[in-house]
Amino acid sequence: MSVEIGTELPPLSVRLTRADLVRYAGASLDFNPIHWNEKTAKDVGLPDVIAHGMLTMAVASRIVAEWVGDPGAIVEYGCRFGRPVVVPNDDEGALVEVTAKVTKDFEDGTVKVNINAAFDGKSVLTGAFARVRVA
Amino acid sequence: MPLDPSFTGRSYPPSQPYDVSREKIREFADAIGATSPAYRDADAAKALGHRDVIAPPTFAIVVSMKTNETVMFDPELKLDYSRVVHGDQNFTHHRPITAGDRLVSVAHIDSITSRMGNDMITVRTEIGTVDGEPVTTARSMLVVRGEDA
Repeated sequence: MSVEIGTELPPLSVRLTRADLVRYAGASLDFNPIHWNEKTAKDVGLPDVIAHGMLTMAVASRIVAEWVGDPGAIVEYGCRFGRPVVVPNDDEGALVEVTAKVTKDFEDGTVKVNINAAFDGKSVLTGAFARVRVA
Repeated sequence: MPLDPSFTGRSYPPSQPYDVSREKIREFADAIGATSPAYRDADAAKALGHRDVIAPPTFAIVVSMKTNETVMFDPELKLDYSRVVHGDQNFTHHRPITAGDRLVSVAHIDSITSRMGNDMITVRTEIGTVDGEPVTTARSMLVVRGEDA
Protein backbone atom coordinates (compact mmCIF):
# COMPACT_ATOMS: atom_id res chain seq x y z
CA MET A 1 0.00 0.00 0.00
CA SER A 2 1.21 3.46 -0.82
CA VAL A 3 0.77 5.97 1.98
CA GLU A 4 1.07 9.72 1.80
CA ILE A 5 2.47 11.86 4.58
CA GLY A 6 -0.38 13.69 6.24
CA THR A 7 -2.88 10.86 5.76
CA GLU A 8 -5.32 10.88 8.66
CA LEU A 9 -6.47 7.52 9.97
CA PRO A 10 -10.18 6.90 10.62
CA PRO A 11 -10.76 8.16 14.20
CA LEU A 12 -11.76 5.88 17.04
CA SER A 13 -13.84 6.56 20.16
CA VAL A 14 -13.68 4.08 23.01
CA ARG A 15 -15.66 4.16 26.21
CA LEU A 16 -13.90 2.62 29.22
CA THR A 17 -16.01 1.53 32.18
CA ARG A 18 -15.05 -0.05 35.49
CA ALA A 19 -15.94 -3.42 33.98
CA ASP A 20 -13.41 -2.83 31.19
CA LEU A 21 -10.73 -2.07 33.79
CA VAL A 22 -11.47 -5.26 35.70
CA ARG A 23 -11.38 -7.27 32.48
CA TYR A 24 -8.06 -5.72 31.45
CA ALA A 25 -6.64 -6.35 34.93
CA GLY A 26 -7.48 -10.03 34.53
CA ALA A 27 -6.14 -10.33 30.99
CA SER A 28 -2.92 -8.44 31.67
CA LEU A 29 -2.40 -9.73 35.24
CA ASP A 30 -1.96 -6.12 36.44
CA PHE A 31 -4.03 -6.13 39.62
CA ASN A 32 -2.89 -2.79 41.03
CA PRO A 33 -5.94 -1.72 43.11
CA ILE A 34 -5.82 1.91 41.89
CA HIS A 35 -7.48 0.48 38.75
CA TRP A 36 -10.50 -0.96 40.57
CA ASN A 37 -10.65 0.23 44.18
CA GLU A 38 -11.82 3.81 44.83
CA LYS A 39 -10.48 3.86 48.36
CA THR A 40 -6.95 2.90 47.32
CA ALA A 41 -7.02 5.36 44.42
CA LYS A 42 -8.08 8.24 46.70
CA ASP A 43 -5.61 7.21 49.42
CA VAL A 44 -2.73 7.76 46.96
CA GLY A 45 -4.11 11.14 45.91
CA LEU A 46 -5.98 10.26 42.71
CA PRO A 47 -9.44 11.77 42.09
CA ASP A 48 -10.94 8.29 41.54
CA VAL A 49 -10.12 4.94 39.96
CA ILE A 50 -7.96 5.40 36.85
CA ALA A 51 -7.50 3.22 33.78
CA HIS A 52 -4.25 1.30 33.39
CA GLY A 53 -1.91 3.41 31.24
CA MET A 54 -1.26 0.17 29.37
CA LEU A 55 -5.00 -0.20 28.66
CA THR A 56 -5.14 3.29 27.15
CA MET A 57 -2.01 2.49 25.15
CA ALA A 58 -3.53 -0.81 23.96
CA VAL A 59 -6.83 0.84 23.01
CA ALA A 60 -4.96 3.55 21.09
CA SER A 61 -3.06 0.87 19.13
CA ARG A 62 -6.34 -0.24 17.60
CA ILE A 63 -6.52 2.86 15.38
CA VAL A 64 -3.36 1.69 13.62
CA ALA A 65 -4.19 -2.04 13.60
CA GLU A 66 -7.63 -1.42 12.11
CA TRP A 67 -6.22 0.93 9.46
CA VAL A 68 -3.27 -1.22 8.36
CA GLY A 69 -5.18 -4.51 8.40
CA ASP A 70 -2.32 -6.70 9.59
CA PRO A 71 -1.48 -5.80 13.20
CA GLY A 72 1.81 -7.61 12.69
CA ALA A 73 2.85 -4.65 10.54
CA ILE A 74 3.26 -2.55 13.71
CA VAL A 75 7.00 -2.93 14.23
CA GLU A 76 7.36 -0.33 16.96
CA TYR A 77 4.94 1.35 19.33
CA GLY A 78 5.74 3.76 22.12
CA CYS A 79 4.31 6.51 24.30
CA ARG A 80 4.68 8.38 27.55
CA PHE A 81 1.89 8.35 30.09
CA GLY A 82 1.02 12.02 30.45
CA ARG A 83 -2.29 12.12 32.30
CA PRO A 84 -4.57 9.54 33.87
CA VAL A 85 -7.95 8.52 32.45
CA VAL A 86 -10.32 8.80 35.40
CA VAL A 87 -13.11 6.22 35.26
CA PRO A 88 -16.25 6.95 37.33
CA ASN A 89 -18.40 4.20 38.81
CA ASP A 90 -21.28 4.53 36.34
CA ASP A 91 -22.47 3.12 33.03
CA GLU A 92 -20.97 5.97 31.01
CA GLY A 93 -17.37 5.45 32.06
CA ALA A 94 -14.68 7.55 30.41
CA LEU A 95 -14.59 8.44 26.72
CA VAL A 96 -11.18 8.15 25.06
CA GLU A 97 -10.94 9.70 21.60
CA VAL A 98 -8.13 8.50 19.39
CA THR A 99 -6.84 10.22 16.26
CA ALA A 100 -3.73 9.50 14.22
CA LYS A 101 -1.82 10.80 11.25
CA VAL A 102 1.05 9.57 9.07
CA THR A 103 3.93 11.97 9.72
CA LYS A 104 7.06 10.46 8.22
CA ASP A 105 8.29 8.00 5.62
CA PHE A 106 11.37 6.16 6.84
CA GLU A 107 11.97 5.05 3.22
CA ASP A 108 12.56 1.45 4.26
CA GLY A 109 8.97 0.36 3.75
CA THR A 110 7.86 1.77 7.10
CA VAL A 111 6.08 4.98 8.05
CA LYS A 112 5.63 6.84 11.31
CA VAL A 113 2.12 7.35 12.59
CA ASN A 114 1.61 9.89 15.37
CA ILE A 115 -1.25 9.00 17.67
CA ASN A 116 -3.27 11.23 19.96
CA ALA A 117 -5.53 9.88 22.69
CA ALA A 118 -7.69 12.47 24.42
CA PHE A 119 -9.83 12.26 27.53
CA ASP A 120 -11.83 15.19 28.84
CA GLY A 121 -10.42 17.35 26.04
CA LYS A 122 -6.81 16.72 27.05
CA SER A 123 -4.14 14.45 25.63
CA VAL A 124 -3.41 11.50 27.91
CA LEU A 125 -0.58 9.84 25.98
CA THR A 126 2.42 12.01 25.12
CA GLY A 127 4.49 11.42 22.01
CA ALA A 128 2.58 8.28 21.11
CA PHE A 129 3.68 6.86 17.78
CA ALA A 130 3.79 3.65 15.82
CA ARG A 131 6.22 2.60 13.14
CA VAL A 132 4.25 0.63 10.62
CA ARG A 133 5.35 -1.52 7.70
CA VAL A 134 3.34 -0.52 4.65
CA ALA A 135 5.40 -2.03 1.81
CA MET B 1 16.23 6.73 49.65
CA PRO B 2 17.30 7.37 46.04
CA LEU B 3 18.12 4.43 43.79
CA ASP B 4 21.79 3.65 43.37
CA PRO B 5 22.79 4.66 39.79
CA SER B 6 25.58 2.08 39.84
CA PHE B 7 22.89 -0.55 39.10
CA THR B 8 22.82 0.79 35.52
CA GLY B 9 23.97 -1.95 33.18
CA ARG B 10 22.92 -4.76 35.48
CA SER B 11 21.28 -7.78 33.80
CA TYR B 12 19.15 -10.39 35.49
CA PRO B 13 18.92 -14.16 34.92
CA PRO B 14 16.57 -15.34 32.13
CA SER B 15 12.91 -15.82 33.04
CA GLN B 16 11.11 -19.13 33.15
CA PRO B 17 9.69 -19.92 29.68
CA TYR B 18 6.33 -18.30 28.85
CA ASP B 19 4.08 -20.35 26.57
CA VAL B 20 1.96 -18.11 24.35
CA SER B 21 -1.49 -19.60 23.79
CA ARG B 22 -4.28 -18.74 21.36
CA GLU B 23 -6.66 -18.45 24.30
CA LYS B 24 -4.52 -15.93 26.20
CA ILE B 25 -4.18 -13.82 23.05
CA ARG B 26 -7.94 -13.92 22.51
CA GLU B 27 -8.55 -12.96 26.14
CA PHE B 28 -6.16 -10.00 25.82
CA ALA B 29 -7.67 -8.91 22.48
CA ASP B 30 -11.16 -9.03 24.03
CA ALA B 31 -9.98 -6.95 26.99
CA ILE B 32 -8.74 -4.15 24.73
CA GLY B 33 -11.74 -4.38 22.39
CA ALA B 34 -9.54 -5.27 19.41
CA THR B 35 -11.38 -6.77 16.49
CA SER B 36 -8.63 -7.95 14.13
CA PRO B 37 -9.19 -11.53 12.92
CA ALA B 38 -5.41 -12.04 13.11
CA TYR B 39 -5.80 -12.19 16.92
CA ARG B 40 -8.52 -14.85 16.85
CA ASP B 41 -8.57 -16.86 13.67
CA ALA B 42 -5.50 -18.94 12.75
CA ASP B 43 -6.54 -19.11 9.09
CA ALA B 44 -6.90 -15.32 8.89
CA ALA B 45 -3.49 -14.94 10.51
CA LYS B 46 -1.95 -17.45 8.08
CA ALA B 47 -3.45 -15.56 5.14
CA LEU B 48 -1.45 -12.54 6.36
CA GLY B 49 1.72 -14.65 6.43
CA HIS B 50 1.82 -15.53 10.13
CA ARG B 51 2.38 -19.04 11.48
CA ASP B 52 -0.63 -18.83 13.84
CA VAL B 53 -2.68 -16.09 15.54
CA ILE B 54 -0.55 -13.14 16.56
CA ALA B 55 -0.73 -11.01 19.69
CA PRO B 56 -1.69 -7.31 19.85
CA PRO B 57 1.27 -4.89 19.90
CA THR B 58 1.13 -4.33 23.66
CA PHE B 59 0.65 -7.99 24.66
CA ALA B 60 4.38 -8.20 25.41
CA ILE B 61 3.70 -6.28 28.64
CA VAL B 62 2.25 -9.50 30.09
CA VAL B 63 5.60 -11.18 29.53
CA SER B 64 7.87 -8.25 30.39
CA MET B 65 6.04 -7.24 33.58
CA LYS B 66 6.46 -10.75 34.98
CA THR B 67 10.14 -10.81 34.03
CA ASN B 68 10.75 -7.34 35.46
CA GLU B 69 9.58 -8.46 38.89
CA THR B 70 13.15 -9.72 39.33
CA VAL B 71 14.25 -6.07 39.06
CA MET B 72 11.37 -4.55 41.06
CA PHE B 73 11.90 -6.94 43.94
CA ASP B 74 15.71 -7.15 43.78
CA PRO B 75 16.51 -6.79 47.49
CA GLU B 76 19.79 -5.03 46.70
CA LEU B 77 18.10 -2.36 44.55
CA LYS B 78 15.69 -1.47 47.41
CA LEU B 79 12.98 -0.09 45.12
CA ASP B 80 9.71 0.88 46.86
CA TYR B 81 7.19 -0.65 44.47
CA SER B 82 4.28 1.12 46.17
CA ARG B 83 5.70 4.43 44.89
CA VAL B 84 6.15 3.32 41.27
CA VAL B 85 4.32 5.05 38.42
CA HIS B 86 4.61 3.95 34.78
CA GLY B 87 6.35 6.81 32.93
CA ASP B 88 6.68 5.51 29.42
CA GLN B 89 6.64 2.34 27.39
CA ASN B 90 8.04 1.22 24.06
CA PHE B 91 7.83 -2.06 22.17
CA THR B 92 10.04 -2.92 19.23
CA HIS B 93 8.79 -6.04 17.51
CA HIS B 94 11.42 -7.99 15.58
CA ARG B 95 8.42 -10.11 14.62
CA PRO B 96 4.92 -10.42 16.14
CA ILE B 97 4.49 -12.59 19.23
CA THR B 98 2.69 -15.66 17.87
CA ALA B 99 0.63 -18.41 19.49
CA GLY B 100 2.83 -21.41 20.12
CA ASP B 101 5.88 -19.29 20.95
CA ARG B 102 7.87 -20.41 23.96
CA LEU B 103 9.46 -17.19 25.18
CA VAL B 104 12.26 -16.43 27.58
CA SER B 105 13.17 -12.92 28.55
CA VAL B 106 16.03 -11.11 30.17
CA ALA B 107 15.71 -7.82 32.05
CA HIS B 108 18.44 -5.18 31.87
CA ILE B 109 18.65 -1.88 33.75
CA ASP B 110 19.49 0.65 31.02
CA SER B 111 19.47 3.77 33.16
CA ILE B 112 18.79 5.20 36.58
CA THR B 113 18.47 8.95 36.89
CA SER B 114 17.13 11.30 39.50
CA ARG B 115 15.19 14.53 39.05
CA MET B 116 13.35 16.73 41.53
CA GLY B 117 13.33 14.04 44.18
CA ASN B 118 12.01 11.31 41.85
CA ASP B 119 14.02 8.39 40.48
CA MET B 120 13.60 7.27 36.88
CA ILE B 121 14.58 3.70 36.05
CA THR B 122 14.51 2.31 32.52
CA VAL B 123 14.27 -1.45 32.24
CA ARG B 124 14.81 -3.13 28.86
CA THR B 125 13.36 -6.59 28.52
CA GLU B 126 14.71 -8.68 25.66
CA ILE B 127 12.08 -11.25 24.75
CA GLY B 128 13.02 -14.12 22.47
CA THR B 129 12.23 -17.75 21.84
CA VAL B 130 13.88 -20.55 23.79
CA ASP B 131 15.82 -21.20 20.56
CA GLY B 132 17.34 -17.71 20.72
CA GLU B 133 15.26 -15.94 18.04
CA PRO B 134 14.71 -12.27 19.05
CA VAL B 135 10.99 -11.42 19.17
CA THR B 136 10.35 -8.19 21.08
CA THR B 137 12.38 -5.56 22.92
CA ALA B 138 10.23 -3.90 25.60
CA ARG B 139 11.42 -0.73 27.34
CA SER B 140 9.65 0.53 30.44
CA MET B 141 10.52 3.76 32.20
CA LEU B 142 9.25 3.73 35.74
CA VAL B 143 9.13 6.74 38.02
CA VAL B 144 9.72 6.08 41.69
CA ARG B 145 8.14 9.02 43.46
CA GLY B 146 10.31 10.46 46.19
CA GLU B 147 9.10 10.65 49.78
CA ASP B 148 8.42 14.37 49.43
CA ALA B 149 7.31 14.39 45.79
